[in-house]
Amino acid sequence: MSKARRDQLLSVLGILVLFSVLYLFQLFGTDYQIRILNNMAIFITLAVSYNLVNGICGILHLGPNAFITVGAYTSALLTMSAAEKQASFIIEPLIWPLSVLHAPFVVSLLAGGILATLFAYLISYPVFRVRGDYLAIVTLGFGEVVRVLCNAFQTVTNGPLGLKGLQPHTNLWWSWGVAVLTIILITKLINSSYGRAMKAIRDDETAARAMGVDPFRHLLLAFLVSAFFSGVAGGLLAHLITTISPTLFTFFLTFNLLMMIVVGGLGSTTGAVLGAALFAWGGEALRVVENPINLGVIRIPGIPGMRMVIFSILLMVVIVFARRGIMGRKEFSWEWLIGKFSKSPTGGSSVAS
Amino acid sequence: MDATIFFQQLINGVSVGSLYALVAIGYTMVYGILRLINFAHGDLLMFAAYAAIYGIAIFSLPWYVSFPLAVLITGALGIILDRVAYRPLRDAPRISLLISAIGASFLLENLALVIIGGVPKGFPRPDVFGKVIDIWGLRVQVLTVYTPIITLLLLMGLLYVVYRTKVGKAMRAASKDFETTRLMGINLDRVIAITFLLGSSLAAAGGLMWAMKYPQVNPFMGVFPGLKAFIAAVLGGIGNIIGAVIGGFLLGLGEILIVALVPGLAQYKDAFAFIVLILVLLFRPTGIMGEPIIDKS
Repeated sequence: MSKARRDQLLSVLGILVLFSVLYLFQLFGTDYQIRILNNMAIFITLAVSYNLVNGICGILHLGPNAFITVGAYTSALLTMSAAEKQASFIIEPLIWPLSVLHAPFVVSLLAGGILATLFAYLISYPVFRVRGDYLAIVTLGFGEVVRVLCNAFQTVTNGPLGLKGLQPHTNLWWSWGVAVLTIILITKLINSSYGRAMKAIRDDETAARAMGVDPFRHLLLAFLVSAFFSGVAGGLLAHLITTISPTLFTFFLTFNLLMMIVVGGLGSTTGAVLGAALFAWGGEALRVVENPINLGVIRIPGIPGMRMVIFSILLMVVIVFARRGIMGRKEFSWEWLIGKFSKSPTGGSSVAS
Repeated sequence: MDATIFFQQLINGVSVGSLYALVAIGYTMVYGILRLINFAHGDLLMFAAYAAIYGIAIFSLPWYVSFPLAVLITGALGIILDRVAYRPLRDAPRISLLISAIGASFLLENLALVIIGGVPKGFPRPDVFGKVIDIWGLRVQVLTVYTPIITLLLLMGLLYVVYRTKVGKAMRAASKDFETTRLMGINLDRVIAITFLLGSSLAAAGGLMWAMKYPQVNPFMGVFPGLKAFIAAVLGGIGNIIGAVIGGFLLGLGEILIVALVPGLAQYKDAFAFIVLILVLLFRPTGIMGEPIIDKS
C-alpha cells in the first residue's frame, strides 16, 4: 500500500471517527455541549479560511467580519418566509424581490458564500493596490463601512433592529460538514501550485514576481476563496444564534479570529483548527472568571469583560515571546503521528512542513 | 441653508478637525520612525480622559493641575507601551508588530472596562471652557474657539522640538534610516521612547478636549477618533507632521460640512472617513504632503 493511499484511508477513517463522536454527542450530549461544538465548527471554518489570507499569503487582512456579515444577511433573508419578513420589518418594509424570495437552507448558504465572494471581488482592486499596514487599515475600513451600511439600509437589513426569529437550521451535521469540507478544500489549494505561489509571495514578493508569479492573481484567489467560506460560515452562524444585528459583526469578531490563528500558528491550517477549537472551548471554560467564585468564607465577585483582558494578554504574550504559536508553519500529517507511536529511530523527526 | 448655521458648522468643523490633527500627529510620528500603525494610540485619548476625571474626582485637584498631570501620565503610558509591546519586536516581521499593536489596543480598552466599567462617565468640564460667547452674531462655546488655538500652540512647540533641537534631529534621522542613525552613535531606543512620549502627550491633550466636547467618557471612546485621526494622517501624507495637521483639518471639516449640507447622509458619517481613505490610497497613496514611501524592511 502506497503512503498516499494509506494517508487517504486514515483521513477517511479520522472523519468517520469524528462524525461518530458527534453522533454520540447528538444522542447523549446536553444542549450546552452541542452549542459549543457548533460554535467550534463555525470558528474552525472561519479561522481556516482567514488563515489562508493572513497566514499563507502573509498579508494582514482585517475585514473578515465584512464577509461574514454579507453571508449571514444573505442567507438569513433567503430562509425567512415572506410572512416572517413582513412581521420583522416594522419600520420600513423590505424591498420587493427580497420580500418574496425564499430558498432552502443549503441554497441560502451557497448564496451567502457567493455574495461574500462577489463583495470580496468588488473591493479587491483598492485592497491589493496597497500592502502591509495600509492593507490592514483599508480592509478594516471596509469592515466598518459594511457595518454602517447594515445600520443604514433599513429596507434591506432592517437597520439596527436586525433580523430575528430565524429557523435554527444549523446543527452538528451542517456545521461540522462545512468545517471538514473547508479544511479539505483549503488544504488541497495550499498544496497545489497556487498555494506554493502564495507562500512564495508571502516570503518575498519581489522574488516571486521575478519567478513569474503574478501576485495580484494569487492574492485575489486566496481572498475570494476565503470570502466564500467566511460567507458560508456567516450563514451557519446566523442560523445558529437565530438573531443577527450589525453589532454582532464588529471588529471584535475579527480580533477573535486573528487571535485564533496567531495562537495556533500563522500559516498553519492545523494551527488554525487548534486555535479555533481552543478558543471555543477556552472561551467557555474562562466564563469561570466572570462568574462569582465562592471560596467558602470569601466571595470573589465575577468580573465581566475579564475574558477579553485575558485574551488580549494571551495574544500579546504569544506574539512577543512565542511568535510561532502552537504549530508554527508545520502541519499535521499521519506520517508524523505514526512516527510518534512507532519506536523506530526514523520516527519523530519526520514532521512535514 | 442660512449663513449663520453654515458658519457655526464651519467653526465646529475646524474645532473637530484640530482634534483629529492633534491625534494624527502621534500616528504620523510613530509611523515615520517605526513604520507601524500604533493601533493603541486612539485608546490613549480614553486613558487621558479617565486620568483627568480621577484626578478631579478622587484627588480633588483643580483642573489646571489635573489636566497637565493626565497629559504627563498618558505620555508615560506611551513609553511603557513601546517598551512592552513594540520594543521586543524591533527585528520581527511587520505583521507581528501590527498584531501586537492590536492586542495592546484591546488590552487597554478591556482593562478599562474591567476596572472602571462600561457605564459612560460624565466629564467635569471646567466652567472656563463651557461659556457660550457671541462672535458676530454666532453663538459658540469658548471651547470650540480654544481648541484650534491650543492645537496650533502645541504644534508650534512640537515643530520647535523636531526641527530645532538635537533630539528632533535624531528623530528625523531615524525616520530616514535606522542603521545609519545607529552608526552615528544615537541611542535609537531613547529617540523612539521620546517620540512615543511626545505623540502620546499630544493625543492626551486631544483626548481631554474631545472629552470636554463630547462629555461621555467610556472605555471605547478612543476607537473612532483614533481611526479617523489615522486616516487624517494618511490623507496628509504619513510621516509628515504638517501633512497630518492639514489632513486632520480637512477630514474634520469635510465630515461636519457634509452632514450639515446633506442631512440625509448623517447616518453614513462614520463611513465617510473610510471612503476618503480608500480614495486617497487609490489615487494618491502618498497623501497630500507625502514623499514616496521608503520601504525600510
